[in-house]
Amino acid sequence: MRHIRPYVTGGIALLFAAVVFILPFLFILIQALKSKSEASRLSFSLPQEWLFWQNLIAVFKARDYQLLLAYFNSTLITVASVSILVILSAMVGYIMQRRRTPWNAVAQIALFMGLMMPPAVVPTIGLLQNLGLFKTIHGMVLIQVAYNLSFSTLLYRSFISTIPRDLDEAALIDGAKPWQIFFRVILPLLKPVTVTNIVVQSIAIFNDFTNPLYYLPGKENVTVQLTLYNFQSMYTSQYNLLFMNILLVTIPPLIVFIFFNRQIVAGMTAGGVKG
Amino acid sequence: MARTRPRSQKSPYPLWFFVPAAIIYGIFFLTPTVSSFWYSLTRWDLTTAEFIGLENFQQFFSEPFLVQSLVNTLIYAVTTSGLKTVCGLLLAVLLTSNIFARGFLRTVVFFPVLVSTIGIGITFTVMMHPTKGIINAALGALGIAGPGWLTNPSLALFSVALVDLWKGVGLATLIFIAGLAAISTDYYEAARIDGATRFQQLWRITLPLVRPATITVVTLSLIGGLRSFDLIWAMTRGGPGFSSDVVASVIYKQYQAGFYGLSTAGNVILFALIVAIILPFSLWFNRREVVQ
Repeated sequence: MRHIRPYVTGGIALLFAAVVFILPFLFILIQALKSKSEASRLSFSLPQEWLFWQNLIAVFKARDYQLLLAYFNSTLITVASVSILVILSAMVGYIMQRRRTPWNAVAQIALFMGLMMPPAVVPTIGLLQNLGLFKTIHGMVLIQVAYNLSFSTLLYRSFISTIPRDLDEAALIDGAKPWQIFFRVILPLLKPVTVTNIVVQSIAIFNDFTNPLYYLPGKENVTVQLTLYNFQSMYTSQYNLLFMNILLVTIPPLIVFIFFNRQIVAGMTAGGVKG
Repeated sequence: MARTRPRSQKSPYPLWFFVPAAIIYGIFFLTPTVSSFWYSLTRWDLTTAEFIGLENFQQFFSEPFLVQSLVNTLIYAVTTSGLKTVCGLLLAVLLTSNIFARGFLRTVVFFPVLVSTIGIGITFTVMMHPTKGIINAALGALGIAGPGWLTNPSLALFSVALVDLWKGVGLATLIFIAGLAAISTDYYEAARIDGATRFQQLWRITLPLVRPATITVVTLSLIGGLRSFDLIWAMTRGGPGFSSDVVASVIYKQYQAGFYGLSTAGNVILFALIVAIILPFSLWFNRREVVQ
């Protein structure tokens, strides 16, 4: 009896998970493959004709290849902001962990605020307009950096505490300058947490909807999430294309998850990520 | 560690390393946050701001639909946070016990955390369609008349909260799994020898010892719940009527309508709400931690 039990509980759990957690994804998939009239029935049935390519091409062609532009913009924003984030937050985390100064308390409060506080949106828009950064990709990048610095720094700070100070001292004795110690000795050692940081932040920024909605309106600046949001009101009768779009938005995180499962789990449990 | 270097020598940890991050954070996060307190007291069109005192706040607390958004925010935050904590812990206990297909199940529960909120919102909106949606079709097959999940004003907010649970419970589970892994199995063995039931073990051993993880989950999901915007916006746009409006969606609506001062006042209120809830909460927990 005892050795059967794991299979019984596991079996029930598996069935439950299949219905609750997998079914919605299957629903997305089959809706994306259907014809227009079939998809509008919204039912959970296999498509009568499989229209994967037709729907895929139709979604990309919609509104002058808007989705292609959206993927380009989203990738650009994600890559640029994550690169800046990694360097800047590693620098802050390093000093916060290594040196005791009054500024640490200030940085600590700033960190806490950044994790907790909702950004003040309209004043930010006013500021961006004054700086000529409203509705621009680089403005969006700077915003993403500012909003995600806290979490990134937290990850780095706790990891740097595991790197012995002896290394810094040895480099110092060898005549290395402070920036050389950091960029040549410490930064390479941070690779595991850097990978975690890159993966977790990329997903967060790629999936971000609210900030581009406020700070990046306009046709030429669309991001992937904004396109999906626009399609929602445009495709009220073409559910097959809407769901093809959802499928396309779901695939990048799935691929990242398959390859970086371990790092994602490490990052999420270390800081316990943003809401 | 003893400092052997003379004090006059420069620290190998230069403070200018703070500077680039501080500039970006200061300009793009801190400045707007601080100035929001001023703009919330004005009638503002982005170019000129006319001081009107507390009029925006008065309006916020006198318009029934704005007050409702405040109440809804609290309901939403408490509901999602409570559900995520309870379900997350139960799932974590299940997924750390000796069951079949454990790794696969963990993956499946966690994956929705990484998926686009808008995509999930649209999918569930379709699945919750009152007549054609597959949820009500399934309930109908069981002989239950499914409700209008998102069309019934007294249900819409809770339906969105359920979807939030579906999307977010994986993160709570993950944090609890990490917490459970830190509990020594000796406790359970001792309890079993003393004849404790499974429920007693959960209540008397797991729950007290998993406290740090519980605090993390409750804090994070409360903050997330109070700030929540995108899922609600994707699913109901605050409707039907104003029945599922929260402060964050009011901020967006007032911004779109051009009431920038009122929108910013909403921001300040949300700000105050989060501080008022999270600060005492974390202080209380930290103090109890020290006492223990």
